[in-house]
Amino acid sequence: MDFFLQLLIQGLSVGFLYALAALGFVMIFKSSSVLNFAHGDLLAIGAFLFLVLAAWAKIPFLIAFFLTLIGCFVLGFIIERLFLRPLIGEALIMVIMLTVGLAAMFKGLLLFIFGGNLFAYPTFLPEDISVRIGNINIAPVYVASFVISIIFLLLFGLFFKYSSQGIYMRSVADNQTAALSLGVHVRRVFALSWAIAALVCAMSGIILGIISGVNVHSISIIGLKVFPVVILGGLESIGGAIIGGIIIGVLETFTGGYISTSLREVVPYIILVFILLVKPYGLFGLVEIERV
Amino acid sequence: MKKLRLHPCGNYKERYDEELTIFETDFGRVSMLIGLVILFVVIPWISSSYLLYVINHIGIFAIAAVGLNLLIGFTGQISLGHGAFFGVGGYTAAILSTKLGFPFPLSLLSAGIMTAAVGLVFGLPSARLKHLYLTIATLAGQFIIQFIFVQWESLTGGLQGIILSRASLFGLSLKSDFAFFYIVFISLVVMLWIAKNLLRTRYGRAFVAIRDNDRAAEGMGIPIFHYKLLAFAISSFYAGFAGALWTHYLASITPDPFTLFLSVEFIAMIIIGGLGSLTGSVFGAIFITSLNEILSLASEYFMNLPALAGVALTIAPLREFIFGLAIVLFIIFEPRGLAEVWRIIRASFRLWPFSY
Repeated sequence: MDFFLQLLIQGLSVGFLYALAALGFVMIFKSSSVLNFAHGDLLAIGAFLFLVLAAWAKIPFLIAFFLTLIGCFVLGFIIERLFLRPLIGEALIMVIMLTVGLAAMFKGLLLFIFGGNLFAYPTFLPEDISVRIGNINIAPVYVASFVISIIFLLLFGLFFKYSSQGIYMRSVADNQTAALSLGVHVRRVFALSWAIAALVCAMSGIILGIISGVNVHSISIIGLKVFPVVILGGLESIGGAIIGGIIIGVLETFTGGYISTSLREVVPYIILVFILLVKPYGLFGLVEIERV
Repeated sequence: MKKLRLHPCGNYKERYDEELTIFETDFGRVSMLIGLVILFVVIPWISSSYLLYVINHIGIFAIAAVGLNLLIGFTGQISLGHGAFFGVGGYTAAILSTKLGFPFPLSLLSAGIMTAAVGLVFGLPSARLKHLYLTIATLAGQFIIQFIFVQWESLTGGLQGIILSRASLFGLSLKSDFAFFYIVFISLVVMLWIAKNLLRTRYGRAFVAIRDNDRAAEGMGIPIFHYKLLAFAISSFYAGFAGALWTHYLASITPDPFTLFLSVEFIAMIIIGGLGSLTGSVFGAIFITSLNEILSLASEYFMNLPALAGVALTIAPLREFIFGLAIVLFIIFEPRGLAEVWRIIRASFRLWPFSY
């Protein structure tokens, strides 16, 4: 029973990481229906930017955090302006390929600058925000990240539901041409959605970095785990991403604990294929009925 | 003797099958013959052994790239698992020829067929899924297959891999790069010929119809699912065949090369070469393989200069960066790839002095 609980807690925390990582992905998909294969590398960029600012330049933690968010917001704008803008109206296949290319580019660049080593942030979270449930201690990192992501979730939920920009984003995702003809500034929406997504990525990347250290390879692997997570949760659903992340994380650690450790890494993808065959729109995804 | 048609000065087509001919003029036929003669008679004799090694790699990757182009460029189904399929072919050939003693040509063919079967399995989701979801399914396929390579130790030898004895054909040993050159390029020419002709049949036209508009294709009575699966199978056959050739050429196989990065490399080849163009796939294979070789030569060169040994180590990740950059630049500036550049060059020669 202890082993089970231990695995459960571990699984929940891993799953929480996946859920965080999936947030930015869902953001981009929701607003521009682009599958972003460069997602893991955007996470890594955020994590490394924070590393440079907080650990190497010794800027105070909070200022460094906001500087990173601003930096990634700008980066998102630049990515959209330089790479995605010329492709508005092109076939989807080209856009997907472009993000594959971007992923290779960013990863190579990060490896070139930082190498494949593992870095760690200095500790800055106060110990007294840790929570005890029964005799299980939850580390302050998880508490802090939980609080941050709940705040972000609420903000984005409201943003998409009520703000005009959020509604524009959803309309563009639904049908670019129709949105354009109704007077939505599609280019601005794209730019904004990439900027916001990069910002969310930076936040998730920093939290990932705090929890498991900063390493290009491991973060970009988490970036790929996002796919099973969002497919399980449903591509358009932020809540689905959270639940999908937690389910995948728990299943992964249970497989690791009870069946075999080597199977652990591949279990999310097996689940992915299974879901795609049985319920392709996931738990909370928008079901588009189109029989082809 | 039939009079050679070299340069028609207008469009004189009267029947539909004239539109379908591969060579519009005898000029194309003659230049292809000249090209084949140069390829098979001149190149192997003047190239050094290292150059032949690179050229053989180009040929092998070109076969796989042609397969991927049939899937992505002609049928419009994105696959991120081509690297793994390449590996499936390699492993099948290795296992069949070491454990069951299959002769070389038979092991190539059965590797292709085996990979086609595996490709079919990962194409099955295309029954219900369209491009986005299908891409993710093939991504999962990539990881699952990679996992099997490493974990099924009794069959694949795990991380150690399998060492093959040198291939032989009709009692002749294929040890040298020179001998293998002929195997690779005869296969490439045959595979290109098959692909070119496949695309002129109803199957090829159905593929293109699915790519251009799947709903309309369905409305025209094309059973989409069958054709998508067929495209997957054919493309995997090419990948498996190429993988088997590669394994026989290197005479060993380990799970290391068949990562997602290899799949990305194949995608880079067909994007840079030109989606929906068979010659483009060959151009792309030439471009990417040469780029790879140049980068590894550069890092070797820097490694030998003591002052710059540090630079050499940093070049390795730059390889990935340059690949990504090449994909991105081609998508933005020349989405139709090197094949289009080649067409423009040819057209400007033909129209000279009035080229524009």
